[in-house]
Amino acid sequence: MYWQKNEECRPRAELEKLQLARLKNTLTRVATNVPFYRNQFHKMGLNPENIKSLEDLRKYPFTLKQDLRDNYPYGLFAVPLRDVVRLHSSSGTTGNATVVGYSREDIVTWSNLVARILCSAGLTPNDVIQIAFGYGLFTGGFGLHYGAERLGASVIPISSGNTRRQIQIMQDFKTTALVCTPSYALKLADTMMDMGVNPNGLSLRFGLFGAEPWSEEMRQEINERLGIKASDNYGLSEVMGPGVAGECEEFHGQHINEDHFIVEILDPKTLEPVKPGDVGELVITTLTKEAFPMIRYRTRDLTRMITEPCPCGRTFHRLDRFVGRSDDMLIIRGVNVFPLQVESAIFRIDGTQPHYQIIVDRKDNQDICTVKVEVSESYFFDEMRKQRTFVDGIKKSLAAELGLSIDVKLVEERSLERFEGKAKRVIDNRTL
Amino acid sequence: MLVEQIAVFVENKPGRLAAITKILADNKINIRALSVADTADFGILRLIVDNPQKAAKCLQDGGFTVVVTEVVAIEVEDRIGGLATVLGHLADAGVSVEYMYAFVNRSGENAIIISRFEHMDNAVKVLEGTGVKLVSKEQIYSM
Ligand SMILES: [Zn+2]
Repeated sequence: MYWQKNEECRPRAELEKLQLARLKNTLTRVATNVPFYRNQFHKMGLNPENIKSLEDLRKYPFTLKQDLRDNYPYGLFAVPLRDVVRLHSSSGTTGNATVVGYSREDIVTWSNLVARILCSAGLTPNDVIQIAFGYGLFTGGFGLHYGAERLGASVIPISSGNTRRQIQIMQDFKTTALVCTPSYALKLADTMMDMGVNPNGLSLRFGLFGAEPWSEEMRQEINERLGIKASDNYGLSEVMGPGVAGECEEFHGQHINEDHFIVEILDPKTLEPVKPGDVGELVITTLTKEAFPMIRYRTRDLTRMITEPCPCGRTFHRLDRFVGRSDDMLIIRGVNVFPLQVESAIFRIDGTQPHYQIIVDRKDNQDICTVKVEVSESYFFDEMRKQRTFVDGIKKSLAAELGLSIDVKLVEERSLERFEGKAKRVIDNRTL
Repeated sequence: MLVEQIAVFVENKPGRLAAITKILADNKINIRALSVADTADFGILRLIVDNPQKAAKCLQDGGFTVVVTEVVAIEVEDRIGGLATVLGHLADAGVSVEYMYAFVNRSGENAIIISRFEHMDNAVKVLEGTGVKLVSKEQIYSM
């Protein structure tokens, strides 16, 4: 099912032509209307008139979260405030808040892009969608709400919180699709058990989850416990909100709405493109946003691009599961390592979530990496042979995942330093 | 004819074995036999005590990872070739040994071999058939 079939299934060559035209237009507009971009382009001798190919975008400067803060509140807007019909803001956990704005046309585009994502996840106008994202300055609630209305579904704008009431409404209103974070979906499943509500007795069939990274194992758990098909979607307020990318019913990667965004995957250290299919930082340029265009916004989110054609017929490339934040990345013997990769390699062996810690040292100019794993009753054996097989299994799994040989040390339970109940994940002793 | 053994995970760092024996002593648990299998990083301490369930609980409360497993205690005459005879019977029957360790009983006449086999039921059957003397858990615990 498609919302805008011609756009979503456009041949790649045509798509790239459209991207180029829209890119040139966006760069020209920000160079004219946004002093921040105009000054930078001028300093670097960049003239959007000279854009000849999509690769030329790589000459342009990045936009960082800090740039949004420095231009608080309206410094990066590309239209006068009278043309802005909506304002959203991301709360600043590490510094000042940021403000983003939408023109009337931006809201229409946003609604359509979210409708695409709902549609590709299998939803139709017949669905009853319960939106348990917070409504307010956060883009999640309103973003999904407008998209769901655009689709023609029945929307329950319940907002976040009050879990028992969520379940009551779900029963009474015969909700068919749930929108929230994946962790909240599991909380709902727990609360249903407490309340004696059988999820199989509900009308719920779909779950659209986003706003935090989650794993394939978590998807299976949600699907089994709630009896639904859970799909992943991605967005961030700096570039729009939800609607940037979302999964189709293949449930293997999120199609990027590439007619509205250009996506780059870059090595977070060198800022050069990674090899096709490798993990890197997602960098996004908006192509159609009027009020708040973003040029090469560094999301700090780590993922890889899937360029193989998708059986669903959409020509848009896909984003694979997010593996963490570039701020958490480690470089060991020249290889980029993300804590979440280590976690999934350990998880594959044991099936439970062990406490672990990655320790990096440097001896004789060589990086030495050790992963300490806390032993637990479920994988402690009285036989040395079995115990060693377990440790070797983790080593092999890590080598396969990272392409690096990493030493694994089994340590006593509760011996790793805890931080807010969780083991501290990385200790980097290297002094560079 | 099986005896309960407790296995404790120990990191190879100073004071861990002392910590374990102190917990057992504080709880008035007597150690009958002990063996350590170790690697460079960690070891598996195996213990035969007079009250395995209580010992396991005390050590778990003390933060240790513990599993209780069943082993066989074989009494072997303390003479040349005593153990060889027993192992010969097992090898003939195709029973493979995971690990074994020994101690001498209080009278000092006979050795007790604590053994763990790949297939415990089969091993016990073979041993009983050969007339080897197996020691019951009551005997071991009260030794
Ligand atoms: Zn698809």
